[in-house]
Amino acid sequence: MLYRENGQFKTSYRSDLQIFPILQDRVALLAILLVAFVVVPAVASDYMFRAILIPFVIMGLAALGVNILVGYCGQISLGSGAFMAVGAYGAYNVFLRIPGMPLVPALLLGGLCATAFGILFGLPSLRVRGLYLAVATLAAQFFADWMFLRIKWFTMDTPSGSVSVSNLQVFGLPIESATAKYLFCLAILAVIALGAKNLVRSAIGREWMAIRDMDVAAAVIGIRPMYAKLSAFAVSSFIIGVAGALWAFVYLGAWEPAAFSVDMSFRLLFMVIIGGLGSIMGSFFGAFFIVVLPIFLNQFLPSAASLVGITISTAGVSHAELMIFGALIVWFLIVEPHGLAKLWSTGKQKLRLWPFPH
Amino acid sequence: MGFFLETLLGGLMTGMLYSLVALGFVLIFKASGVFNFAQGAMVLFAALAMARFAEWIPAWTGISHPVLANGLAFVIAGAIMFGVAWLVERLVLRHLVNQEAATLLMATLGITYFLEGVGQTLFGSNIYKIDVGMPKDPVIAFESTFQGGILINKEDLIAALIAAALVALLSVFFQKTSTGRALRAVADDHQAAQSIGIPLNRIWVVVWCVAGVVALVAGMIWGSKLGVQFSLSTVALRALPVVILGGLTSVPGAIIGGLIIGVGEKLSEVYIGPLVGGGIEIWFAYVLALAFLLVRPQGLFGEKIIDRV
Repeated sequence: MLYRENGQFKTSYRSDLQIFPILQDRVALLAILLVAFVVVPAVASDYMFRAILIPFVIMGLAALGVNILVGYCGQISLGSGAFMAVGAYGAYNVFLRIPGMPLVPALLLGGLCATAFGILFGLPSLRVRGLYLAVATLAAQFFADWMFLRIKWFTMDTPSGSVSVSNLQVFGLPIESATAKYLFCLAILAVIALGAKNLVRSAIGREWMAIRDMDVAAAVIGIRPMYAKLSAFAVSSFIIGVAGALWAFVYLGAWEPAAFSVDMSFRLLFMVIIGGLGSIMGSFFGAFFIVVLPIFLNQFLPSAASLVGITISTAGVSHAELMIFGALIVWFLIVEPHGLAKLWSTGKQKLRLWPFPH
Repeated sequence: MGFFLETLLGGLMTGMLYSLVALGFVLIFKASGVFNFAQGAMVLFAALAMARFAEWIPAWTGISHPVLANGLAFVIAGAIMFGVAWLVERLVLRHLVNQEAATLLMATLGITYFLEGVGQTLFGSNIYKIDVGMPKDPVIAFESTFQGGILINKEDLIAALIAAALVALLSVFFQKTSTGRALRAVADDHQAAQSIGIPLNRIWVVVWCVAGVVALVAGMIWGSKLGVQFSLSTVALRALPVVILGGLTSVPGAIIGGLIIGVGEKLSEVYIGPLVGGGIEIWFAYVLALAFLLVRPQGLFGEKIIDRV
């Protein structure tokens, strides 16, 4: 009975159109923002920031972008790593080639580069569907891998395409400490996530969902498949591109094309599917799961093994990690194929009736 | 001209090797609608098993005859692949019936990670050699026709022949045996097949076994060519354009697709590569496949996609 909409009447169009129509949701959202912006920076350690929180925030943003394309528009993409790479190298080029370029516009321009790239490689989606499209998007991935390794212009003629940025600042404030990096990424994430939440319930979001559910039927009722699919590619690759630029600039600092390999694409798709397709919230659950799981296994395995009296080598640990990671993912898909977001909504449903069973 | 033909032949032979991996994808997709990303990991796993047992058998049993040792290793690796197939069906596929394609795809990716981990834990993660006595020396053909003749790699030639034989064998299996007929029935329509009494679960085990054996043969050939190492599992990524070019549901498509991709890759690398800095073969294969898909969205030989509202 804690969580229910009974008695919350909508008396004006404004209140009918709110993003979060239920009071408890608004309160919860404010509480989450408060915790994320105020409490976490006050209590988290430096290691927490660098190992978990910053990767989680950036990957959450990337997963959000992938979810718009895969979860809302139904176009399975394995090229997300490429969009991240284009965002990162695009932002890098803008940042270094234009003197005095501020950081935030550089990141956004990087995102726009990714948008252009995404629309280009989204074009096949107009003809090709489903698994064929998934494989076709790998073309983007391998093309980007090759482009940033072989075309020296993009990487300012550095050997092997490894580049670095330094001296980041926003409005004169340096982004050096872990806390500052975290807050910067979090602020961008909060703005984009709110925008995305708003976008998916608008006309264009409904068009995406119609295309996802059945594109022929959507076309019959007057939705332009080309416009809907390409706009999904554009929005999604913009968000992924910004996330890629953040990943490179803020998290890595110095990177090479291999940082955005096909493995990254798979991980992003894992996040979306484990988190829940077609759910903004789910993207964050999935990102958290995929970011924290390897760290947890890495910390936990050697001590667990020493408990039973086996010492495993470093290579052994990494193989065991692969094994457990794979097994957990399969197990997860079996027990909850609709993702963590489904658990979340089941939980909310239960809260409506609590403490009564019916 | 001689050089062009040499490149062309080299491409055709690489193409046959790609088709071998692609065949595994097609078999499983046809029979269960699962796009099996784990095919590459299966190739690696099978090759690792084969390489290690070929090494262990002489050490354990004292069988020193290389043909016998390799044969035994092949049989054991085949048995292990049967086990993998059975476990996959039992533990994964059975629980994921009727899920979305994306979920199944992700499940096979999970299997990929798992197999890579298990394979390297059990069999080690160094580079191993498979020596099945493939001749390594190249031969020169058509010396009278062209100046200098055409250099043909004997190893590639034998590999291509093995691949062709395997395909022929599989077509006979699919067309003539009752199990093959059951497999085709399942591929056509799961429900109809089930309703006339074809046991779906057993069919899935059979088809994963066949894919496992195909992976073993592919792993053996690729392994003796490149050495058995982790990068072998990325062979699958090279074979994916073959699958979509030929059509996900067509065995001949996998062969023709493999040949087209193999030739396209080699020719592009030789003739376009130097202009743009080289190393283009991976993405060129995908772009080539994409170009075909734009004309025929279901691949060259895939079943026509019919939309119903």
